[in-house]
Amino acid sequence: MMVEHRPALTVITHAALILGAAVLAFPIYVTFVASTHTLEAITKSFPLLPGGHLIENYLRALTVGPRDVGATVGTMMLNSLIMALGITCGKIFISLLAAFAIVYFRFRLRMVFFWMIFITLMLPVEVRILPTYKVAADLKLLDSYGGLIFPLIASATATFLFRQFFMTVPDELCEAHRIDGGGPMRFFFDILLPMSRTSIAALFVILFIYGWNQYLWPLLITSDQKYYTLLIGIKRMLDVGEGQAEWQIIMASTILAMLPPVLVVIFMQKQFIRGMTETEK
Amino acid sequence: MEKRVVFRNKVLPYLLVAPQILVTLVFFIWPAAQALVQSFLQEDAFGTSSAFVWFDNFVEIFTSEEYLGSFRVTLVFSFAVAAIALSVALLLAVMADRALRGATAYKTLIIWPYAVAPVVAGVLWFFLFNPTVGMVAFFLKKFGVEWNHTLNGGQAMTLVVVAAAWREISYNFLFFLAGLQAIPGSFIEAAAIDGAGPWRRFWSIAFPLLSPTAFFLIVVNIVYAFFDTFGVIHAITRGGPNYATNILVYKVFNDGFINLDLGGSAAQSVVLMAVVIALTVVQFRFIERKVHY
Repeated sequence: MMVEHRPALTVITHAALILGAAVLAFPIYVTFVASTHTLEAITKSFPLLPGGHLIENYLRALTVGPRDVGATVGTMMLNSLIMALGITCGKIFISLLAAFAIVYFRFRLRMVFFWMIFITLMLPVEVRILPTYKVAADLKLLDSYGGLIFPLIASATATFLFRQFFMTVPDELCEAHRIDGGGPMRFFFDILLPMSRTSIAALFVILFIYGWNQYLWPLLITSDQKYYTLLIGIKRMLDVGEGQAEWQIIMASTILAMLPPVLVVIFMQKQFIRGMTETEK
Repeated sequence: MEKRVVFRNKVLPYLLVAPQILVTLVFFIWPAAQALVQSFLQEDAFGTSSAFVWFDNFVEIFTSEEYLGSFRVTLVFSFAVAAIALSVALLLAVMADRALRGATAYKTLIIWPYAVAPVVAGVLWFFLFNPTVGMVAFFLKKFGVEWNHTLNGGQAMTLVVVAAAWREISYNFLFFLAGLQAIPGSFIEAAAIDGAGPWRRFWSIAFPLLSPTAFFLIVVNIVYAFFDTFGVIHAITRGGPNYATNILVYKVFNDGFINLDLGGSAAQSVVLMAVVIALTVVQFRFIERKVHY
């Protein structure tokens, strides 16, 4: 909002914004630069400009993998992707069904279920790690994709968002559908689902970032390198004890770990902002 | 609010909520109940039997200097993260709101760090300040500052606060900017006609109108600092040096999985649950206020 002309203030405004954006981007820039140099150059001379080893470093990370981790970054990225998509699709799917039941049906236990879902808001993995780990172990879910995905797919926020949206759908649509003799599932798939497209897209973006960035849970339940996600792998690369960490490979892997969620935010900015402000989470 | 038109079916609604309820029961309610039960039990040294010990585990943690220290560390950490993330974000949002040209580009440049995982944020800042290979540590040394967050507790705390606040700035920025853009232009124009300068206009009009957003963000930021920053700590300091950054969530993990103290870890989990419940209640009251606003 600019209500008067003050050139000096305009200059300060842009200077502050550019400085702010530069400071925010600085760690990533340094990481990127480090990922294009040899280990020797990184540890000896603190390079400020990209070097000539970009392809070499990324190729080695992706196909050979870092020392002592036992999995290539390619495999770990695939695991991260499976986990992120599994969590995203799982959450959206079960939340749509639950919200549909709660809004469009009257049944005993309806409010009990509603509150049960609400409670999940208050129980992040971080506060119940040990018993949840035990449940996963008892169900033979350690070191499996199911174990990475299922414990994280209950979502109060997604259920509430869909509930909120379904409440705004005009009753006439449902009435007309029933007069035409249509059943509830037809109504769900033919009318409700297509109408929810924008909400689903916004949630997809938010949940994909959430899923890709999961760290504590995968850390607990994966001990087999086959199931390492990329974030776990990067942490393992840092744990070299007295040895020299392979910074050029770690930095290349870090860039690769940031790429998918950052690209999603940049290219799906509209859905991202919508998702953030609608779920407030 | 209830729907007027509903479907009639006895079985279908139960089938529809079944997957969600099943996951909730198995992975949320049951483990939380387990933690609650476990927090009243004490296992013997061999883990073969356990006895009901009332509130012993709670008494133990609340009289333990290490636990109270961890509580203090968490409070300092959370308020520092919230203060930095909120003030920087507000400043940038006010600037972006003023900038007519390039506003969208600035927005893109500022929001993307939110997509970076906390543990990755930790790795980025750890690399910058690494005493042997870090560029910032190197330049600090040139200016006479000996940086080594593996030995100096204050420096370790500073580093984890910066790393944790860094990605939260983007989140706060988005909400502050939306709040500023929702302020009717006529308010600002009227104040300008009355002779109020930009500084005065901000403090007397924009800032009070932003307060619901700010309250909401304070709670969200504290929840974030309490529960979502495990990765930052794990990547940079592992709670050290000498417990200087041993936040509660890290301590629960450490006591449960490394030290295998089941009762103590469960009691800590229960305390954390109480904290989340309190914060959620506060958050919902503020959201309600926002709706009325």
